[in-house]
Amino acid sequence: MRVSPKITQVLAVTVLGAATILTVAVLVFVIVFVLVKGLPWVDWEFLFSYPQDMGKSGGIFPTLVGTFLLPLLAIAIALPLGLGTAVYLTEYTRETQLTRTLRFGTDCLAGIPSIIFGLFGFIFFVVKLKMGWCLLSGALTLAIMVLPTIIRTSEEAIRAVPNAYREVSFSLGATRWETVLKVVLPNALPGIVTGVILSIGRSIGETAAVIFTAGSSLRMPMSVFDSVRTMSVHFYILAREGISNENAYATAAVLIISVLLVNLAAYTMMHRFIAKRSK
Amino acid sequence: MKVNGETLVKGVLTAVAFSALASLLLIAVFIFKEGFPFMLKVGFSDFLFSSTWNPQVGQFGIFPMIVASLYVTFGAMLIGAPLGVAGAIFLNEFVPRPVMRVIKPTIELLAGIPSVVFGFLGVMVLAPFIREHMGGPGLSVLAASVILGIMVLPTVISISTDAISAVPNSYREGAFALGATRWQSVHMVILKAARSGIIASIILAMGRSLGETMAVIMVAGNTVRVPHAVTDPVRTLTANIALEMANATGMAREALFATGVVLFVVIMILNGIAMSAMKGRGKK
Repeated sequence: MRVSPKITQVLAVTVLGAATILTVAVLVFVIVFVLVKGLPWVDWEFLFSYPQDMGKSGGIFPTLVGTFLLPLLAIAIALPLGLGTAVYLTEYTRETQLTRTLRFGTDCLAGIPSIIFGLFGFIFFVVKLKMGWCLLSGALTLAIMVLPTIIRTSEEAIRAVPNAYREVSFSLGATRWETVLKVVLPNALPGIVTGVILSIGRSIGETAAVIFTAGSSLRMPMSVFDSVRTMSVHFYILAREGISNENAYATAAVLIISVLLVNLAAYTMMHRFIAKRSK
Repeated sequence: MKVNGETLVKGVLTAVAFSALASLLLIAVFIFKEGFPFMLKVGFSDFLFSSTWNPQVGQFGIFPMIVASLYVTFGAMLIGAPLGVAGAIFLNEFVPRPVMRVIKPTIELLAGIPSVVFGFLGVMVLAPFIREHMGGPGLSVLAASVILGIMVLPTVISISTDAISAVPNSYREGAFALGATRWQSVHMVILKAARSGIIASIILAMGRSLGETMAVIMVAGNTVRVPHAVTDPVRTLTANIALEMANATGMAREALFATGVVLFVVIMILNGIAMSAMKGRGKK
């Protein structure tokens, strides 16, 4: 028997629609659940006081500082490398076997799971280079992890700068590097910043790569060679060792809000960039 | 003088351009250097196919972990792939543009939810539910599959949506002109045209579930045993690395790096397949 196309159409819309609604509902549930359970425990005191008793009570101030410093340092390391790569690939060379290999390397790096970064960071920075669990080991590991994101977004942003801009600059007698510095990069800036913000978002949420390289000390870091604990790691330890559910929920709420705000910033930035370009 | 400056800049940029590739090679070399000799020492088949993992007495079989990773990833795909692809089709073909422009970014925003948060929700909500209604300890293959299935949804939806919206509108118009309904145009024309992109999204999602660590540690139960039911607890390859890293020394640490080698190779192969699937689309 052949089912009429009208019926399969209605059936398909129903099934697909239900699946979509389910998907959105589940994802929204995750956020709402954590915020509802966690936000009542979050206040200034929680954010800006020191944890007591391994985090059983007290606040999360040192982890807040760690969550701020670690991505910042990672970006400080990754941005010059990533941006330099992007400038080289777009402005200083043609498509060759070499650029294809470099892009392939970037793509592969992007696919490596974070636990492998953790494993590598631990054996290379912490053990081999004798840096120990510290801010710097963690930041170097995260820098490698976000490098592909920065390279790709910067490359796209630079490619979107119209060639006419470069030609005008050259015609005024500027060298290639002057053109890059004064014409190309300023115009590609919003796109580059988007990549940076996305990388910060990923670093904030990262746990596996951080816990084995930056450690989990609850003390306030005084130098880049001190161990730090980020909010993600703190939350993981609180939840996994069953130290305190209230504090775990509260930390998760702060964590989710930070990540969503950061990603929202990246998205708005990107949207403006695209809107400006398509004008 | 000016010319010299330019050459210097070019030299520096050329060197910098190797940073990603160099990092990749450095990671590969270190993981293999630590893990590969160990595999030779223990023997490949003993390492990969023996079921006893007991580092204290020198037994290093990761077979239960391999099986666990495969089950959990497969389970995640059973949940994540149909839901994600259905969502992508619906958003592209059956929903007015303005609505899609709100929902798609929302879903992509949710991709940023840290994996530990998903894991925690699995422990607090999903595991008790499974324990009460299906038996077992709750922390299980099923719990891990569901959590991972949800976690990969943004990846599947986002990449599939891009693939579907890249199908030229003339394909749709052609189908409509022949009297096809929306759904007929979707499953007879659009899905075929967007096939490689959709497959790539699913393979990338597989790589992500296989590599996911923190969420899986929290919800999978971490028992080293080949599971017989979906409600049995398991330990995946990634969980094995993360759980034992802190206190492993000597052979035991090398064993973890060897586990890393297995993971690294499998994920590189998956990503290679996904990349070539996406490239195939670009050429058309």
